[in-house]
Amino acid sequence: MSEILTKSRARNVFYGGSIFFVLVFVALTAQSHRHITQTATAGMELTDEVRHGKHVWERHSCINCHTLHGEGAYFAPELGNVMTRWGAAEDPELAYEILDGWMKAQPSGIEGRRQMPFFEITDEEMRALAEFLRWADQTDTQGWPPNDAG
Amino acid sequence: MKYQSQKVAYAYFLVAMALFGIQVLGGLLAGWIYVAPNTLSEVLPFNVVRMIHTNALIVWLLLGFFGAAYYLVPEESEREIFSVKLAYIQLAILVIGTLGAVVSYLAGIHGGREFLEQPLWVKFGILVAAVIFLVNVSLTFLAGRKTAVTNILMMGLWLLCLLWVFAFINPDNLSLDKMYWWMVVHLWVEATWELVMAAILGFLMLKLTGVDREVIEKWLYVIVATALFSGILGTGHHFYWIGTPGYWQWIGSIFSTFEVVPFFAMMSFAFVMVWKGRKNHPNKAALLWSLGSSTVAFFGAGVWGFLHTLHGVNFYTHGTQITAAHGHLAFYGAYVALNLAMFSYAMPVLRNRAPYNQVLNMASFWLMTGGMAFMTFTLTFAGTIQTHMQRIVGDYYMDVQDQLGLFYLMRFGSGVAVVLGALLFIYSMLAVRREVIKPGPVAVPGE
Repeated sequence: MSEILTKSRARNVFYGGSIFFVLVFVALTAQSHRHITQTATAGMELTDEVRHGKHVWERHSCINCHTLHGEGAYFAPELGNVMTRWGAAEDPELAYEILDGWMKAQPSGIEGRRQMPFFEITDEEMRALAEFLRWADQTDTQGWPPNDAG
Repeated sequence: MKYQSQKVAYAYFLVAMALFGIQVLGGLLAGWIYVAPNTLSEVLPFNVVRMIHTNALIVWLLLGFFGAAYYLVPEESEREIFSVKLAYIQLAILVIGTLGAVVSYLAGIHGGREFLEQPLWVKFGILVAAVIFLVNVSLTFLAGRKTAVTNILMMGLWLLCLLWVFAFINPDNLSLDKMYWWMVVHLWVEATWELVMAAILGFLMLKLTGVDREVIEKWLYVIVATALFSGILGTGHHFYWIGTPGYWQWIGSIFSTFEVVPFFAMMSFAFVMVWKGRKNHPNKAALLWSLGSSTVAFFGAGVWGFLHTLHGVNFYTHGTQITAAHGHLAFYGAYVALNLAMFSYAMPVLRNRAPYNQVLNMASFWLMTGGMAFMTFTLTFAGTIQTHMQRIVGDYYMDVQDQLGLFYLMRFGSGVAVVLGALLFIYSMLAVRREVIKPGPVAVPGE
């Protein structure tokens, strides 16, 4: 073993193999990029309102309590399918109303219950956020999550 | 200390340990909020606490890596660091950036991509610091002796700094955002950081065991080859459910299964080297941390990673407490314990004295490792119940969480042990000057 696998051979295998895997990975990433824009998220237009909603989502760091498509913190419910759960995936007005009602009722202040903060969000931002969550909901996530509970 | 400029590592390690303290205290508070959710809910909401917990961790681990590089590159290259002044400027930028980030988080100013919440100016600061660092160590490295340890370390550090560019790329399309986000997150902890880990572990084995350099360096190349061959395409295990194509389910499952291999190899490497080595190095604490790090990394990153990496399993466990269990033990074993091994080894040298407080240090190892193991078990049980109730039965998230209170209480208890261990470690590094227990006489080695 020690004669076949010398240090310099091991080094060459490492460099050569790594370059090979990087190239394969870059090619697959490029194909995945195309798949995302052309297929997986093509179900609903990426409007300025959706973009705005994503900024609202980010500014308040929602990801550090909630998950979105299963990624984030595990302190609060999954939101990738929240609009499906609310029966509002196809209805922008209903999506806005439920979201607005929910967020304005926070924090609940109930003892022993996890508290969602109150966020200063304008009407326009709330509509954008609702659209962003509807947009996320229509993504083709290969059938995940297993059920509406998220 | 063979080279005067190695001393800069001391400043890096001090700042790293201070942030380590903040990190575990933040974690303890977050764990308490799980138990008593109304705690500070209006002043300091959970999302801010979590940002401080995760960001402090990442920054202190990086500071530890930078310090380790400044410590070992001169020794391996056999010359002084190119510029000590640049090294301190780099540290100052990172400290200002970190303090700036913490203050802005507390004021509610932050980004919204997990782990990359730093305000833009801080991100640029990190970029500038990374460039200064690369210039500084590269010039030292190029001018001196090149070894496998420094080759691999430099490659890991260059690649991880280059990948930081993805922190600035935030597409409006959420699925693209997620895909490129993993280029920092996964390719750091499951690829480039593993190179840094292997290099530092190799250096420690060289120093602590006295095994022949040729043997150690060949092992190192084999380890890092398995790390990158599995880890690069292993990124696919994050591309199952975010809008990426279905073929990632197979690529991710197969290659991320092989991600166990480098961790198993690092563990075997550490034990074999200690077994072969004839050196009776006085720094037993550093040896314990080195062996402990590779072992816990194998369980946390390897075994607990494999536990939920196959797509058929991950379909049900994705984004539950199972992920949290894996994340905690993997980071602790692979990167926290490795950094603490390096601190334990280098601090006595940097302070120009024999290793001291070894008993306290080793006690802190068992306290922290025991705490982390218990935390991992409680979260794994919580995650198993959560997966069943929420993903199979279909109960709602909060209804399920209400059933998990006992596990969160036990997790908090294990967190207390970890915090005590961390504080004891810092204390043993900095404060006391005498051994608690007298060492026995050195046995004559031989048959």
